[in-house]
Amino acid sequence: MNPLIPLFVAIPLTGAFIDMILGSFIKGFSRCFTQVIILALASMSIYSAATTGTNPSVYYVGGWEPVNGIPVGICMVMDGFTVLMLCIINIVGFLSAFYSLSYIKRFTSENFYYALFCLMTAGMNGVVLGGDLFNIFVFLEISVISAYALVAFGVEKNELEASFKYQVLGSLASFFILAGIALIYWKTKTLNIADIREMLKAGHDRPFYIFVELLILCGFGLKAAIIPFHAWLPDAHSSAPSPISAMLSGVLIKAAGIYVMIRLFFNLFEINESIAVLITTLGALSMVIGVFLAIGQWDIKRLLAYHSISQMGYVVLSVGMGMILISRGLKHEIAMLAVAGGLYHLVNHAAFKGLLFLNAGAIEYTLGTRDLKEMGGLRKSMPATSATSFIASMSISGIPPFNGFFSKLIIIIAAVMAGFYFLAFLAILVSIITLASFLKFQRYAFFNRKEGKEERVVKEVPFPMVFSMVVMSLLCLILSLLAFPGIRDAILTPATDILTDPVKYKDLVIGL
Amino acid sequence: MTAYILCFILFLAGLYGVITRRNLIKIAISLSVMEFSMFLLFALIGYTDGGVAPIVDPTGPAKVYVDPLPQALVLTAIVIGLATTAMLMATIIRLYRKYGTFDIREIKNLKG
Amino acid sequence: MKGMTIIVKKTTRLISGLVFLYGIYIITHGHLTPGGGFAGGVIIAGSFILLILAFGSDFPGLAREEAGSTLYENLAILIVVFLAVSGLLAAGRIFFLNWIPKGTPGELVSAGIIPLYNIFVGIEVAASVLTIFLALVIFKEELAE
Repeated sequence: MNPLIPLFVAIPLTGAFIDMILGSFIKGFSRCFTQVIILALASMSIYSAATTGTNPSVYYVGGWEPVNGIPVGICMVMDGFTVLMLCIINIVGFLSAFYSLSYIKRFTSENFYYALFCLMTAGMNGVVLGGDLFNIFVFLEISVISAYALVAFGVEKNELEASFKYQVLGSLASFFILAGIALIYWKTKTLNIADIREMLKAGHDRPFYIFVELLILCGFGLKAAIIPFHAWLPDAHSSAPSPISAMLSGVLIKAAGIYVMIRLFFNLFEINESIAVLITTLGALSMVIGVFLAIGQWDIKRLLAYHSISQMGYVVLSVGMGMILISRGLKHEIAMLAVAGGLYHLVNHAAFKGLLFLNAGAIEYTLGTRDLKEMGGLRKSMPATSATSFIASMSISGIPPFNGFFSKLIIIIAAVMAGFYFLAFLAILVSIITLASFLKFQRYAFFNRKEGKEERVVKEVPFPMVFSMVVMSLLCLILSLLAFPGIRDAILTPATDILTDPVKYKDLVIGL
Repeated sequence: MTAYILCFILFLAGLYGVITRRNLIKIAISLSVMEFSMFLLFALIGYTDGGVAPIVDPTGPAKVYVDPLPQALVLTAIVIGLATTAMLMATIIRLYRKYGTFDIREIKNLKG
Repeated sequence: MKGMTIIVKKTTRLISGLVFLYGIYIITHGHLTPGGGFAGGVIIAGSFILLILAFGSDFPGLAREEAGSTLYENLAILIVVFLAVSGLLAAGRIFFLNWIPKGTPGELVSAGIIPLYNIFVGIEVAASVLTIFLALVIFKEELAE
């Protein structure tokens, strides 16, 4: 058993509480300690990504091995898909924590911020490493409650209202998920994901399973903010402090929403065609409605939040297409291509959306405003922010050679090869409108020349913020290498294999 | 079977409260009511016919026990519900300080 | 918030010690009877909250009380995580392993490391419920000024 697996959860949990205790005695302690902890987690996740590709591992907590092929304890699973998510969570987490070294200085209670940040990271690590259904729920709640507190961190009117909306809708989602877990337990008397799939093969109560799948879809759809469950996202992501917006939009809606949805629908339930068509429709609607709502925005962070809904629609659309193809039982290679495109877009979106939110934070830090109509001409006075924001905008619009182009290309090719021409047309249309929206952002923020207004002294932001933005933009360039066949086989193909192959996950966990 | 339907009706009653009430505290209480219906559902699921409380007596004869796992799940879920309600209450009390009212129709600063 | 009448104050002074003792009983017998860390911790916090409610909250030492309970909460949960990690350092090298000898079922001192978990989780839950209550009360005091 791989000893690194429980450390991913134990280390940030310890770090959060040591921050709280020693941070009130030693000034400036929690700042440095959090950086060290999350850097350690990031390097552990890169090491795991390099070694786990072909041999995934399981950890039975407390040493309870399976008895006669029935898992009796809680197990934590690290396979290809998990290690991809771990890399995103910890690397984006480290860059956000480093960025917040200088951003958070204007708030008063820094210790609480860093402790909550570590708790959120611990919760998300626990969700992606989970092999047991209720364990996933508990860690989901840990990370989401920390997110509620972090959204309301600077306690002004807007942030409290946004946090309240987020809390009510998030609690509703948790109740749906809990209801789904209760109904699954009623039928199968077990909570282990691989074991539930075995037990579900025996029964044939079709309407019951469709009801449970719909409950799970509603619950995790609310957490992942796909249409029609998106009402909390623009308020919450625009009112939070900027490194937290980058974590929320870049990682939390993926780890707590889309990851669990993909894991449960591929590894727990038998893929049903009507549910797959429903998921694809929701993805397509998210894509289109998100981008149309985003065009008319003048507040930069609200614009970026609406674009998050649209890009998540791409991921859900692609995964849904893969599910439709698998449930019809034909064209297995195209299904794998669709799912691989979806996962690749997931990774890319974390990189460029995190970078865009960090840029918006830098602009807000120097100018104090988020309205596009009041900015202009920042290209000369903030060169690093301007260059990295240009790279991120080109990535999200799908311009080669940045990473957004390759993932959108894979999704569109998979759609055309499978015969869904209308979906491919929608994907291209949404990409063009995204490009228009980001050209507007670039023009008004950086390239416009402001005449007649008073000149404010605008300098570049401090070093930690510049460092995070530059490293993340390098990540945008490096991730485009993931499309080439050699590297793709090492990283993306194990992830899609363990999702789409019906017996691999069961063999991994139960070990027969 | 009627017990499960009653749980569902309790859930719907809580949902009605969340949607239609205007006072912030009443929304929080309705969320708690929804939560309790979930706990009831969990506790009902573990019942086996003719079972007794799952406390093992090693000397006596073997009996049919009720399933103890949902009881542990309910304990954990109660603590999670406590944390969620505490967070909600803290947000509500700060909202009252900023806006001066508990009415949710007055709190619409963020639009679009 | 002023305190309550003198009958409530006298009764609370007698009762709260018994409630505290009952909470400790529930925690330490967690592996034999229903209850355990969570339920016992909430009962212990209940005894402290009963005292605060009966005697009024314009007691100037409440802020120091909150600092103390936050410290206990963080220490207790650190000890829980260290107990879990100690399974990695003990003989079996597995996280959360029960490595203390287990004894006979039905005794008070048995079941390995589970009573220790119950005790520290009980302290943690009691301290955190007390912290939540104190934070809301202190904020309300500031609001009333």
